Amino acid sequence: MSLTLDDVRRIARLARLDVSAAEAEKTRDQLNGILSFIEQLQSVDTTGIEPMAHAVDVVQRLRPDAVAEADRRDAFQAVAPETEAGLYLVPKVIE
Amino acid sequence: MSDLINASLKELSAALAQKRVSAVELATLFLDRIEQLNAALNAFVTVDREKTLAMARAADASGKVGASDTPLAGIPLAHKDIFCTEGWRTTCGSKMLANFVSPYDATVVERFKAAGMVTLGKLNMDEFAMGSSNETSFFGPVKNPWDTTRVPGGSSGGSAAAVAARLAPAATGTDTGGSIRQPAALCGLSGLKPTYGVVSRYGMIAFASSLDQGGPMAKSAEDCALLLNAMAGFDSRDSTSLERPAEDYARDLDKPLDGLRIGLPREFFGAGMDADVRAAVEAALAEYRKLGATTVEVSLPNSGLSVAAYYVIAPAEASSNLSRFDGVRYGYRAPDYADLNDMYAKSRAQGFGEEVKRRILIGTYVLSHGYYDAYYLQAQKVRRLIADDFAAAFRQCDVIMGPTAPSVAFRFGEKGADPVQMYLSDIYTIAVNLAGLPGMSIPCGFGAADMPVGLQIVGPWFAEAKMLNVAHRYQQATDWHAQMPAGL
Repeated sequence: MSLTLDDVRRIARLARLDVSAAEAEKTRDQLNGILSFIEQLQSVDTTGIEPMAHAVDVVQRLRPDAVAEADRRDAFQAVAPETEAGLYLVPKVIE
Repeated sequence: MSDLINASLKELSAALAQKRVSAVELATLFLDRIEQLNAALNAFVTVDREKTLAMARAADASGKVGASDTPLAGIPLAHKDIFCTEGWRTTCGSKMLANFVSPYDATVVERFKAAGMVTLGKLNMDEFAMGSSNETSFFGPVKNPWDTTRVPGGSSGGSAAAVAARLAPAATGTDTGGSIRQPAALCGLSGLKPTYGVVSRYGMIAFASSLDQGGPMAKSAEDCALLLNAMAGFDSRDSTSLERPAEDYARDLDKPLDGLRIGLPREFFGAGMDADVRAAVEAALAEYRKLGATTVEVSLPNSGLSVAAYYVIAPAEASSNLSRFDGVRYGYRAPDYADLNDMYAKSRAQGFGEEVKRRILIGTYVLSHGYYDAYYLQAQKVRRLIADDFAAAFRQCDVIMGPTAPSVAFRFGEKGADPVQMYLSDIYTIAVNLAGLPGMSIPCGFGAADMPVGLQIVGPWFAEAKMLNVAHRYQQATDWHAQMPAGL
């Protein structure tokens, strides 16, 4: 199957990526090229094969629920586009 | 002094220990070369002479130089700009992070600091490590020092070019689908991607978390072994870091290769490889037979599916990892927007380059409702088949060999129009990442236009010491790894 312009706009919205009308067609064609390349996976018989999520079998490690890191809020917020009184500023969400 | 640009890490370590050179003098030697040559190569994106010299002075005063547990102390090292370095700009090759000064060190950076190594600067790369030619960097492509009209490979192209041009004695790289091995091959270096989980991913900006692995890039296998000794180790801050006893990766370097069984996958010696690459690889295999090894044909029947499986799994993981770049906590924020969602969408559209956006969109699609099973789950099942092929092959051989890349370094723009053509540059390396195996590339001759050719060595899980032994013995018998581009 191949993607339509509407599909491209829907995926872009899910990905929070602005795709201009001018870019949409080129994007659609390139994505369709990649999708037709990965289509070959569909013909492989994988009945009974366990999906491999990770290269090495590991179990999630647990640690005691204790503070392990020092408070470095100022250093981490120094690289933010906009902060005030220790808070990250974004455009108003609730009217 | 200038002969030190070609010295091995062991030789540099000895020169420092015997006080024939200081860490400051060594750092100055390489900083001067960077100043002189980087404009033509674009290998470094950030150089900070004062910071580097301060580290070198500290190394000279530390007592670590010449100490047996810190053999690398005082030696300069440059980092791929994917590793967060405290107080240094860390861009990941992207406009998104063009002004990001990291507030912390990656574990890899921290470990090399503890070893007393001196940071020379930050190296250019494909944006977010997505590329095989360095053409996707926001800071412009890196040039191959062997021929500046050609690509250095990618994504660790800056690392490869810097070491090949002797702007740094060694560099760090990362490898998600071949990003250490392919540029090492194209620039005539030795590079090692360790077994997944051996090197900490903490502070290494994530691309595809189940595949990403850091490793060393240097002039020889011996150098790689010494670097890996400092680089590897368990890290509680990386949830997939492996708790294993510490290893000396240099312990077996000199072991003879008598009786070594080299597996040659028939799928790696098919039609896809250029004749010049084939000739160099065949000559290397002949050399190995002289060194006492035998070769056996093996088969990796599903390896032909690896690029397709990778281009489902890697974009899926990337689309999830790169959702953190939202213009709120760090990175680029668009100047004008209507509301919060518009700010996200515009910041990401303006901050990411074309290839990154393509992969985010592909990843978003294959993970989206109704397509997950058909694409992502199926790719993970194929991944299992690919890994099982390797496990079966390693019952017949100790290491696997083949080409690292299907051709020598190509020219800029040569694979520009169709993304899939570029993806196929990694046809021999990607399966190794999917299986989580250790893989290496070492120089094994020259092909078309006198460009370097790489031999790929793949080992079973955790066989790094064995692979380094196999590579080192070859480098004792040949001098391909000691060649350096002319005119530098």
